[in-house]
Parts: sequence; C-alpha cells; structure tokens
Amino acid sequence: MTTTDLPVKTATVTKGFQRQRVRQKLSAEDILQRSLLVLLAAWLFVFLIWPLYRSLTRSMFDKAGEEFVGIANYIKYFSTASTSVSLRHSFNIAITSMVITVVLAFIFAYAITRTTIRGRSFLSAIARLPMFVPSLAQALVFIYVFGNNGIFTRATGINIGLYGPVGIVMSEVFYAFPHALIILVAALSMADARLYEAAQSLRASATRIFFTVTLPSVRYGLMSAAFVVFTLAMTDFGAPKVVGGNYDVLATDIYNKVVGQQDFAMGATISTLLLIPTMVAFVLDRIVQRRQLAQVTADITPLGPKRHSPLTQFALFSFCVLVAVFIISTYGVVLVGAFTRYWPYDLSFTTQHFTRFYVAGAHHRGGSFIILWNSIKMATIATIAGTSIVFSSAYLIEKTRRLNWARSILYLLSITPLAVPGMVLGLSYIFLFNDPANPFNFLYGTMSIMAISTIFHYYTVPFLTATTALKQMDPEFEYIGESLKAPFYRTFMRVIVPVALPAIISIAMYFFLNALVTISALVFLFVPGKEVASLAVMLLDDAGESAQAMALSLLIFVTGLASRGIFHLMTRGVEARTQAWTHR
Amino acid sequence: MSDPDKTVSEGYLRIVNVTKTFGELVAVNDFSLDIQEGEFVCLLGPSGCGKTTLLRIIAGLEEQNAGELFQGGEDISRLPPHQRDFGIVFQSYALFPNLSATQNIAYGLETRKLPKKQIAGRVAELLKLMGLPDVGHKYPSQLSGGQQQRIALARALAPSPGLMLLDEPLSALDARVRVSLRLEIKHLQKQLGITTILVTHDQEEALVMADRIVVMNAGHIEQVGIPEQIYRSPATPFVADFVGVMNFLPGLAGPEPDGVRCGSFKLHCAEPHNLPADNKVSLAVRPEDVRVGDAATRGNNVVPGHIDEVEFLGSFYRLTIHLEGLEDARLVAEVSINRMRDLEIDVGSTLPVRLPPDLMRIYPSEMMGGMS
Repeated sequence: MTTTDLPVKTATVTKGFQRQRVRQKLSAEDILQRSLLVLLAAWLFVFLIWPLYRSLTRSMFDKAGEEFVGIANYIKYFSTASTSVSLRHSFNIAITSMVITVVLAFIFAYAITRTTIRGRSFLSAIARLPMFVPSLAQALVFIYVFGNNGIFTRATGINIGLYGPVGIVMSEVFYAFPHALIILVAALSMADARLYEAAQSLRASATRIFFTVTLPSVRYGLMSAAFVVFTLAMTDFGAPKVVGGNYDVLATDIYNKVVGQQDFAMGATISTLLLIPTMVAFVLDRIVQRRQLAQVTADITPLGPKRHSPLTQFALFSFCVLVAVFIISTYGVVLVGAFTRYWPYDLSFTTQHFTRFYVAGAHHRGGSFIILWNSIKMATIATIAGTSIVFSSAYLIEKTRRLNWARSILYLLSITPLAVPGMVLGLSYIFLFNDPANPFNFLYGTMSIMAISTIFHYYTVPFLTATTALKQMDPEFEYIGESLKAPFYRTFMRVIVPVALPAIISIAMYFFLNALVTISALVFLFVPGKEVASLAVMLLDDAGESAQAMALSLLIFVTGLASRGIFHLMTRGVEARTQAWTHR
Repeated sequence: MSDPDKTVSEGYLRIVNVTKTFGELVAVNDFSLDIQEGEFVCLLGPSGCGKTTLLRIIAGLEEQNAGELFQGGEDISRLPPHQRDFGIVFQSYALFPNLSATQNIAYGLETRKLPKKQIAGRVAELLKLMGLPDVGHKYPSQLSGGQQQRIALARALAPSPGLMLLDEPLSALDARVRVSLRLEIKHLQKQLGITTILVTHDQEEALVMADRIVVMNAGHIEQVGIPEQIYRSPATPFVADFVGVMNFLPGLAGPEPDGVRCGSFKLHCAEPHNLPADNKVSLAVRPEDVRVGDAATRGNNVVPGHIDEVEFLGSFYRLTIHLEGLEDARLVAEVSINRMRDLEIDVGSTLPVRLPPDLMRIYPSEMMGGMS
C-alpha cells in the first residue's frame, strides 16, 4: 500500500494554545509524589548543597571566620611558594598516574577480552582485588618492601626513593588500576565484529587494524578511564598521607591545614581548588560518555576473543601474569606483615596485632575486631539507607509524570557528587554540622553522619545504575498500574522493585565495599570511639604501629571478600527465582 | 458536577475541541468527536497524525492544551488517569514480567479490595473468555505473543471498565496471529458491549474491526464514517490514498456539471461535481474498479490504454497502463487470474479500458495540496 510516501501536512494553530494547558486536578497520590520529591530535594540540599556552600563561603572569610576577605585566601595560597606547590604536585601525580594506569590497564584489558590466553577469568578476578582494601594499605606494603628498611631495599641495596612522588604514583596506579580496567573491558567488549571482518576483507594488516579500528572504537572508553584515574589520583588522601613524605599534595595539604594548624579558612580554600579540576574532569567525562552511548547501536555483532600470533599471545600472557603476581604478592606481604612480630627485625609468628590494639591513645578491648565491627555497622547503615534512598529517588526522578523541570534539577544534583572529592565533602560537613547553631548539629560525631557522608561520596554511580535499570523497564508499567487504579507505590513494590532486584543488589554491594575502604571524607568526621577500620589503619600508621595497620587491612580485605561472596550468593538466589520469568 | 447543558447524553464519550501541542508541533488540532455507548471506533492515520496522543489524552496520560472530555455525562477533562474509568492495552503488552498470568489479571481487582474468592472467580472467567483456561500459572515470558496480548486484554477488562483503549495492540504480532486476533477482539467487544477506541495505522485492521473509522491527518479529522463509506466514498484525496490504493489522473472540470476532460477524452461521473468549467481536478479510481478488455467496451467512459507492465501477484495481475494523450499519468488496474486467461495481454498491447462512472470520484485540485 502507498502509505509510506504520504506527506504529513504540517498544521498551524494559533500560538496562544502553546502556553495554556488544561491542568489535571491534584489527587492524593500526586500530593504524595510531590511531597516525596520535596523530601528528596531537602535531602540533597541539606547534605550536599548547603555544606558545599558553607565550605565555599568559608574560604572567603579570615582565619577566625569573622571577617569577609573576598579572594584574599586564594591570593595568599598562590603567592606563598611553600603552599602553592601542592597544586602542582597534585597535577604531577594525577597526570603521571593517569598515563601509566591507562596504558597498563589497556594492555591487560585487551589481553583478557580479545586474545585466547589461558586463565583470562582468573586474571581478571585478581586484577580487581585492589578495590577491596583502602588505598593506604598498598602504600604500607610498598614501605615494607621498598622503604628504607624494606625487604627489597635491604636485600638488593637499591633504594628507589619511595617516600614522595614515586611511592604515591605506585600506590595510585595500583589503586586505580581495577577502576580503569572495568571501563576498558566494557569498551573493548562492545566492539563490532563486522568492522573487523570488513577490515580483513580489505587485507589490512593486524597493526593497521589495531590503529584504524580497535583504537578508534575504544577512544571514548580510554578517555573515560583517563578521567576516572585522574580524579582518583588527584583526590586520594590515603597513599600520599602514608608514603608521601614531604611531598605535599592538595588532599594532604587540606588535612594538615585543618587538623594540624586549625586553619579552616585555608583548608576551605584549598578544597575549593581541589574541586575545580575534578568538576572539569566530571563534565568532560559526561560529554564523552554521551558520545559513547550514541556510538553504540542496537545491533552490533559482538567480537569474541581471537587467537593472536604466538609471540603476541605470549607477551600479553607474561604481562598479565606479572601484574597478577605483583598484586598477589602485595596481599602476601599484608598477610605476612599482619602475623609478624616486628618487621623486618623479628620475623616470628604472632597474633598479638589482632588483639593488642592502641588507637588514638586509647586501648580498645576486643582489639581490632571492635574497630572492624564499627566499620561493618557504618557500612551496613550506609548500604541500607543509601540503596533505598538512591533507588527510590531514581524512581521518582525517572518514572513520575509532570514537574519535568523539578525532576531534571534533581537528576543533575544526584549526579554531581561524583565531582566532589571525599576530602572536600568531609570538610564541608564539619563546617555545617559542627556548628552548634545548626539544627542538624545533633548529627555531629555520630555513626549516622559518617554513613551519610559515605552515601554522598559514592552517590552517583549507584544512582546511574538505578536509572539505567529503570530506563530498561517498559514505561507503560506505570500507566497500566494507574489505569487499574493501583497506587504508584503498590506498582513500585510489586513490580518495579522485584524486576530491578539484580541492579538493587549490585548497588548495595557497591555501597558496602566502598564504605569498608573509604577514609577521605571520614578523616574529618570521626570522634574517638567511633573510628572505623579504614581510618584506624591510618591512625595506626601515624602512631608507627605498622603491623597493627597490616592486621587491620587484612581484616578489611577478608571482610570485603566475604561480603562480596554473600552478595554473589544473593544475586544467584535472585537469578534462580527470576529464572522462571526471564526464560522460557 | 458540570453544567447540565454541556453533559446532555449525545454520546457516551464526547471529545470537544481538544488541542495538544508539543512546542511548535501541533499534535492534535481542535479535535471533536462523539462516541456512542458500545461503539467500536478506530482512529486511523499515518504515524505522527496525533492518534496516539489523542488516546493518551483520553486516558489522562497527557494534559491537553485546550478542550474538554466527557464520559457518561461526567466531565473528565481534569481528572488524573486513576480517577477515570478505562482499561488500556499497549502494543508492547506491558505485562508485569514477575507476575503470573493470573496475578497480572488479578492486579486491578486486588486494588479494589475484593474478596479473594471473587477475584479467583473473575480471573478464571476471563481466562476462559480469552480461550486460555490453562495458562494462569505461567509467566508472560512463557506465553506466545498472541497469548500475552490476550492476557493483557483480560487484565484491562478485569475491573469491567466503561471504556477500552487499544493502542496498536496487534502491531507487534506476526501476520497470521494478527488476523485471527482482530476478529476475536471484535467478537469479544460485541459480546461485552464495551465502548472501545482502537488506534492503528493499519487500514485493513480498521476496516475489519471498526463500527466507525476516524481517519486522522496532521492532528485533525479527515473523515468519519463506517468502513464501507471510508473505502467507497473517501471524502478527501488523503483518505482515498491512505485507505486502499487509488489512481489519480489529472483533468479539467466541465463543460457539463458531471463531465471531466482527461487528456483528449471526455469522461462522465455518476454524481455531478458542480465545479466551474476548466477547474483543475483529480480523477480518482481504484485499481480493482478499472475494467479492461472487450467486456469493458459496453457502456461509456471507454478509452484506449497501452500496457506498460504486467506483474503477477498470485491471485491477480497488476497492470500498469498509460492512456493515449496522457503520457505522464500511470493507471494501475487489477485483473483476476481468471479474467486474465480470457484476455490476451502483453506488454506493449493496446486494450480498451473503462472507468465506471459510479466508481469514480472527482477532487478539485486545491484539495490535492500536499499530496504527491
């Protein structure tokens, strides 16, 4: 029939109609939805906008916080050679770590996605291990091995000059490696086999194909990985604190100003300086990711692993094994260090580092386990509250009708926490919640505020995960529910949550694992008696109790792996249950 | 309650001057229609004609810029969807994947807090009505497309709504299932007597199922009528072209009130067109109405035609013809396989062609605006 070539007349209508609208009456359900949106706005305001605003304005007041001085603090920072050096250091570290990490992670990702080398899934599991420990734990290990009294240094007589940029970059590369790897593996697995077939049929050489097809198709993945590593290295506090020596970076500078010198004005100033590059990286990353989405078409023919030349396969395999051995031996050192009486002088076995435990001058009965228990409590609060809030808010933003302007503002606010470094967030929380005049002052010094800061520190990734899961659902579920007169919260509980359960579990795991290892936001927020394990590792290292720090790192590592296992079992359980309705 | 003058029972569903714009685009332009109780109405039109937007406005899923809606005498213009009385079925089925067929159908009954026994009874009744008494325990992914759409229909029907809205419900199904399901839905609709609005771009579906068809284009109504009317007497060239296949030949009106000059021929139509002489017109005739061969010589409006192309399409042949003196226009004729045996037709041969006056329509060329 000739329906396709029919021209559609473009109608014209008086302009007046475009503005008016027959508004529907507000029902009880609409009012409930709106109240929830208001609640969400309040939550984002109190725990994100307001503290950041306080921190920003604090940088424009004098040291006592009484007199407005404009940008005087910034001028002071840049005009003092001894302080402004931290900005340059931070950029040096971030850019060096970025280049090294992306190159290493790309080679590794290529090997495990595109070649047929043996043990690919085992290698990729090992490569993800660094996510389970605080970034300062690997710095501790490097001290044990490459430090002035390290085992490598003593055995070979070669001192690599660990304390300073070398140690920081080593730790950042180690810490950021799995983050870059995940992005690059995803990018490399999305390649379209048809492009390669076309290139081969045109008799392009393997090298030519690599540079004309492989690299261009993952360029957005590479950029995204670069931004992520840059931000992680720029904002990390743990590694520079432990292994940085006199090499000040922005994150340690903020800490020294605030905790060491009680100079809150300068702390706020430096934290604003730290916020700018991460904001820029964040915006660039959003642009790149949008491009990448546009690049992915619905019907690609995925490219599986392919045998490369024996030499290439062997070279890549050796590289991967080397990386894996390096990672495993790092944890080997943690294990040995935790059970060794006095590294490296007295290597006899002991369990005392788990039981005898001094932190911040106070003895804790129950040793390191009481501290670990604090961590688990905090992580559990953050996981339960974070997962429910993030998923419900993604639902409210994604799936309700009308108030489009309000929902897009809330969306924007929900993705910005990724641009806010933990140090900046933690410091801004002090400004707001340590103020006795503030109605939320009661939260100061509680587990709750630590959990909330952790939720916001890691807010964006789960929020985007939830949004993606919701977008994949039929938009008509809500309409059907409405037409059947089921309130939206019933359809939410009965249909949306069960269908999104796999995504919800992965969100919970993300919150829990990160809550176990995070320190940057928490260094400003803990009070004695409420130390969590990741923080205690830092405090122990400060006190020279490296072995106890190792013992605690080991406990965090084991807890992380165990909880990862539990989440894995949960996912399996959910999959078994949903098998009935996802497969024939 | 609204003004009683406005709510006189002219129709079960009254759509009054509804307009909806999206930015610069006018999706629905001053649309009015009365739908009787128990009637099956099809909104038919190409994609982008505003039919789905209109359906969503009736459901309350979109807010109109202007205009009113009345259902059963009540003003529903400002009611949110859950306060309106309708059931809806989408092209995607939108069955809840984590609930069994039974749970899906019961979903709207449970919100009404009915006793469990009554719900179970109603669900069983609906499953039987749909001819699927044994699939209640199955999940949607375990059902075929046709079965899923029946369950979606049952779910919408379960709370006995006053109005049924079907948004391209058959488009996702394969051809065979579509043909059988459209009859089933029509019978079901008659059996239940439920007022139904179906949105479709498939003219065949509309012709088979509807009591009344509303042909839409660019947000407004082109024609409203029963299926035969729409097909036999299309009010506008748009309808003529969109529903079925239509030949358009250029011509001039006159000199008689029922005469048309087409190339070098003078043709007559059954109804006077009453257009001034020499007004440019388009003469429209359906391929199956064009008579070819010696049998065509009886009666008037016979002209010689040259065969340019012969296509075999199974049960019939399609001939592409051009008329002498009208070299630029193509006339398509459909000839049954039996007739074809009696005719000796080859590419290049010339045959008498008759355009029956009672099956021809004349449109002034002003109405052809925007037509290809």
